[in-house]
Amino acid sequence: MAHAYTPGLRVSAKTNLRKTRRLPLTGDVVVEVGDIVSADDIIARTELPGNVTPLNIVNQLGIVAEDAPHCMTKEIGEKVEFNEVIAESSSFFGLFKSTAKAPVDGTLESVSEVTGQVIIRQDPVPVELRAYVDGKVGEILEKEGVVLETNCSFIQGIFGIGGESSGEIQVVTESESEPLQPTLLDESHAEKIVVGGNLLTLDAIEKAQELGVKGLVAGGIHDTDLKEILGYDIGVAITGSEDIGLAIVVTEGFGEISMAERTFKLLKENEGRKASINGATQIRAGVIRPEVIIPSDADEDAPVEATPDVVAGGMSAGTLIRAIREPYFGQIGEVTKLPAELVALPTEAKVRILKAKFSDGEEVIIPRANVEIIEED
Amino acid sequence: MTIPDNINVILATDCGSTTTKAILIEKVDGEYRLKVRGEAPTTVEAPFEDVTRGVINAIEEVEELSGRQILKEGEIQTPVDGDKGVDIYISTSSAGGGLQMMVSGVVKSMTAESAERAALGAGAIVMDVIASNDGRLPHERIERIRHLRPDMILLSGGIDGGTVKHVVELAELIEAAKPRPRLGSGYNLPVIYAGNKEAREEIEDTLANVTDLQIVDNLRPTLEQERLGPAREKIHDLFMEHVMAQAPGYKKLMNMTDAPIMPTPGAVGNLMQTIAEDENIDVVGVDIGGATTDVFSVFEDTFNRTVSANLGMSYSVANVLAETGLENILRWVPFDIESSDLRNRIVNKMIRPTTIPQTLVELKLEQAIAREALRLAFEQHKSFATSLKGVQRARDISDTFDQSMAGETLVDLESLDLIVGSGGVLSHAPRREQAMLMMIDAFLPEGVTELAVDSIFMMPQLGVLSTIHREAATQVFEKDCLIRLGTSVAPFGSMKKPKEAMKIELTLPSGETLSKTLNYGELSMHPMTFRETATGEVTPLNGLDLGKGKNNPVKVELHGGEAGLVFDARGRRPFGLSDKGEMRINKLNQWYSAMNIYPEE
Repeated sequence: MAHAYTPGLRVSAKTNLRKTRRLPLTGDVVVEVGDIVSADDIIARTELPGNVTPLNIVNQLGIVAEDAPHCMTKEIGEKVEFNEVIAESSSFFGLFKSTAKAPVDGTLESVSEVTGQVIIRQDPVPVELRAYVDGKVGEILEKEGVVLETNCSFIQGIFGIGGESSGEIQVVTESESEPLQPTLLDESHAEKIVVGGNLLTLDAIEKAQELGVKGLVAGGIHDTDLKEILGYDIGVAITGSEDIGLAIVVTEGFGEISMAERTFKLLKENEGRKASINGATQIRAGVIRPEVIIPSDADEDAPVEATPDVVAGGMSAGTLIRAIREPYFGQIGEVTKLPAELVALPTEAKVRILKAKFSDGEEVIIPRANVEIIEED
Repeated sequence: MTIPDNINVILATDCGSTTTKAILIEKVDGEYRLKVRGEAPTTVEAPFEDVTRGVINAIEEVEELSGRQILKEGEIQTPVDGDKGVDIYISTSSAGGGLQMMVSGVVKSMTAESAERAALGAGAIVMDVIASNDGRLPHERIERIRHLRPDMILLSGGIDGGTVKHVVELAELIEAAKPRPRLGSGYNLPVIYAGNKEAREEIEDTLANVTDLQIVDNLRPTLEQERLGPAREKIHDLFMEHVMAQAPGYKKLMNMTDAPIMPTPGAVGNLMQTIAEDENIDVVGVDIGGATTDVFSVFEDTFNRTVSANLGMSYSVANVLAETGLENILRWVPFDIESSDLRNRIVNKMIRPTTIPQTLVELKLEQAIAREALRLAFEQHKSFATSLKGVQRARDISDTFDQSMAGETLVDLESLDLIVGSGGVLSHAPRREQAMLMMIDAFLPEGVTELAVDSIFMMPQLGVLSTIHREAATQVFEKDCLIRLGTSVAPFGSMKKPKEAMKIELTLPSGETLSKTLNYGELSMHPMTFRETATGEVTPLNGLDLGKGKNNPVKVELHGGEAGLVFDARGRRPFGLSDKGEMRINKLNQWYSAMNIYPEE
């Protein structure tokens, strides 16, 4: 296929990000175009329909289903309280009475004369949508949400867990190739987003949880450690709802892999600034990448010119690439040649390849499907 | 949509979730043959949001490769005019998540299972099965229905004339949940009622106002009968009218095609049934993709399809690990590897799904995982493809030794004639022998079984073609789609100590004789090309069985293929794979070199 390539993850020092924030159901948007919002501000509200609890009164009252509507002591649409009598029947000229009580607070929704089933709907559950990033309301999506605009530095990771959070960036390793060890963490990191180098160790994650760290960012993580933290194997990469007390963003992949130098440098430059982090990942159609967004202090009214996205596939000699599969996984090199003909790999499969030179001078052959373009500003 | 009588040029596309594949079929010398194939990325999602762009791109590639002009001002030119245009254009689709359904029935193992079979057979992904006895509390079922957001619901329950109450209760739960369709909010969710006909009035009273209710014949009119046809057809109609019509660009695509667009797996199922019917054979088909694995089977004229929604080679590869466990994958790996290293490699494939193995080590690992994904998907299929449950059977004295019972699997490895594999890991395996052994290891066929792979995955297009032009579909399937790999001969039974297991006496196409004896635990291959046949006798030894009783010889006619004839004396029930590290690795290396599946390192 002519268009087969893996686009690189976005890492921008300066961009104008448009972030769409949507309610799960239609509701009310409580901000207006031009409003400046901060990450914790509520921007829209709605109510999720209440839970439904069915109750079959046929057996409780000893009646046939078609008599159910006549035995009700409450009308359809009427409020009922927990343990309140909602239906009754009498036998032996009223000597014996049987009653059915509401199992929950709610509203009587329906009574079936076919099955004797009574449906009680509980009160709606209010839902509030927060801004998640500092920025300006750029557009209102009527009854659904807003589009926020923010001038920021923007980093996409490859995989993450845990949902939205925000905190101050703190880089704790000296370099991008140093692991984030628990000894590097202390009380001062509570409420912060902590950045390490090539590996998030299990001990460090557990310590971060204890300390109340908001987010962790590093190049790699071992799958065995991830399983330990979650208590289960990740089957498909659809994450974001894990309740682990913090968000984790892995920028490169599984194993011990140095964070891309540029990503590490960018995070280091933004040390001490407030950032928003989200571990949610979906590697399927409609791809979602985990992210770190660091809004800038620049004048909110003057959007910066976004860094142009490098058109992936536009690979040429000199393009910086990262190998994303064994045997060169994680190594960064420069494309030296892009031969058009198919080349046989050691597996005997004939595929399109590229030649690349690593920093140590070694020149290798890599299938084009196994590299990611490193986008440069 | 009118289908012309005289069809010479056929264009067919399959819009998959990532790639749109187009094939061009032409009638040459009275025979339908594949001319060329083109593909382009699917354009259902942003920024394009119009499936027809990907279709046009794929067709343009077909034009370039074939030299035939098909498009005129961006539209498909029909009918053929000299060397321009095509006679018909047809398509299948699984883009945008395919067809996602929820099914519901009163008894889980009876009407609910029949409903599930109907939905799967129509090509749907079944998101959940709600049944009166599914062990969940009513409010939990409501909660589930509310959160699922399916494309449609199939509701069944009760035999005709049976109890009305239970199925109406299910309808009430659906009403209370007020489910919304997955795509778009401007219409009511389609609900197909295919249950007790006595309950139709009550079902209408309950659901007609809140859903788009459609009523069809009961899919289980009596306990002994399952009639899935009307429900399946209605699912296809609604798929076109509702689901497709909501997906970006599909209204346009529907106007372009000369026959209704079918869900991709539904079309593949059609083709499998056509083949089984035409050749009067029992068939198993498997399509192993990045996210899901579909298994199709036709045994005793009964078609079944299952989807293992989270068993695949890229997006879901980590789930294969989660479901089977590391040990089961490692048992197919012919070298030592640290378990943490293997785990990291697997999850890295999940997050970088488009990468390919570059080294032999990576290829061997990928094929080890594929064996487990295929095995698990086949296990799931076997437990679903059963005879009807809940059926009373009259038995007479002749049944005394026949232990078959209602609800037993229909998948009979002994009677299985043909296994067809498709999907990247099988179709694109660098050596055909690799695909052959992966399927033998995963399915463990017994007796004499032919194996084949779909060369370039055009079964979906041929499946929809089979509904309007059976001859063209079967000709192309036989000549251009199917690559015959060869035949596997495998006696069943096991031994504690390895003794002689099978004696082979065959006359080869050259007239020479192939005579050899295999010991238990051995695997052997004899190369023989497609269209060549070897005849003779194979005798299972020392208590093994080739289908005619223990130690009884079997007359065979064995067909070759791109791999050849495989004699598998590794035993079955159970299959003997040592769990001791070094012994296991030695054994695997012996088998792999007997099959010559990997180049020397």
